Amino acid sequence: MLDGFVMALSGLTQGVRFVFTFQGLPNVVMLGVAAVLLYLAVKKGVEPLLLLPIGFGCLLVNIPLSDLMDEGGLLRFFYDIGISTEIFPLLIFVGIGAMTDFTPLLENPKILLFGAAGQFGIFMTLLLALALGFSQVEAVCIGIIGACDGPTAIYVTSQYAPHLLGAVSVAAYSYMSLVPIIQPPIMRALTTQKERLVRMPMSAASTVSPYTKLLFPIVVTAVTGLIAPKGLPLMGTIMLGNFMKESGVVQRLTGASENEIANIVTLFLGLAIGGTMEGHKFLRPETLAIFGLGFVAICVDTGAGVLLGKLMCFLSGGKINPLIGAAGISAYPMAARVAQVQGQLYDRRNYLLMHAMGANTGGQIGSVMAAAVMLSVLKGFGMA
Amino acid sequence: MDNWTFGITMTVVGTGATFLILGILVFVIGLLKRGFPLSAGPNQNEKAKGA
Repeated sequence: MLDGFVMALSGLTQGVRFVFTFQGLPNVVMLGVAAVLLYLAVKKGVEPLLLLPIGFGCLLVNIPLSDLMDEGGLLRFFYDIGISTEIFPLLIFVGIGAMTDFTPLLENPKILLFGAAGQFGIFMTLLLALALGFSQVEAVCIGIIGACDGPTAIYVTSQYAPHLLGAVSVAAYSYMSLVPIIQPPIMRALTTQKERLVRMPMSAASTVSPYTKLLFPIVVTAVTGLIAPKGLPLMGTIMLGNFMKESGVVQRLTGASENEIANIVTLFLGLAIGGTMEGHKFLRPETLAIFGLGFVAICVDTGAGVLLGKLMCFLSGGKINPLIGAAGISAYPMAARVAQVQGQLYDRRNYLLMHAMGANTGGQIGSVMAAAVMLSVLKGFGMA
Repeated sequence: MDNWTFGITMTVVGTGATFLILGILVFVIGLLKRGFPLSAGPNQNEKAKGA
């Protein structure tokens, strides 16, 4: 009888005893990381929709001897149905498309090129990752943090380096939320006072017809799909959402895509990503390197965007404010707001927001396009 | 393929192709705007009918 009690108590205290062993140390550290993520989400409002479920998933998976990521476990279930199949990021893209208004971009199509410059960090980071000893497909997945686009990063990483998924997605979302802190010093360092004061008046009346807005998602899907078919799931879903919005005939579907579906998927996606952050797998030197490389990626993106802005300012005879170049990343609409705030620091009557929004939506298309190109090149190399 | 060749190829082709495709899109948007100027939109037609 006494033996039975001892065995029962031993089973009950197994988890607590594990915490105090050397083997349990990574889990304890990750419980601390979970606490930091939850604190950032709840108290600081840093990407709470993602960081809260990621933090809680991290908490769940690091409670010693929990089997939530084992076969049949709850988090493993979310991971298998949504991340392994790549469905979750694509469903989120339908919602993003339904929420995005491409009108500012269509008003001034040239600023779409900022969306290409804003992806330069992807490729620089890829080179750095290779130099640090990451494998070729791992370097592609780390570089994609520079897209500043969570779903794209998850889509690519879940295909080519699922073991890096936790680090890459947490880095991508963390740096996206830090855009207002990371970008301004780079924008100021690369521009002159005269350039920051350039005003970009907006015409009072729109020049874009509803037909153009309606046809835009179809044309983008067809053109990009023909050139880089491997990225068609990404571009196709974002443009599907936008086409539903612009058509105006499926308001229930549009509403569901940007609300119910996006919310449910975000919850499950966050939990599943948190589930990949188990201490023994997450706490490695590579994780720190990924965070460092992600930071470099976003700095280079910003710098490249501003430099293209300077070039366009010069070529246009001073009609383009280079600050909007920094908005050519996918962090929407944060990057556009940063450009507006920085412009108004030097001239309170300078309204750059709509132009920056155009560059920002260009960044969304650019990030997906860069990923699509990389996937197609990988296929060309026989690696996909 | 060695890492150096892979990295440089991916960087050159990736950056170039992204710029090229977005450049094509700029051109296509211009064509769309010319083909469907503001007055030809469905809303304008509806407004005209209403008037």
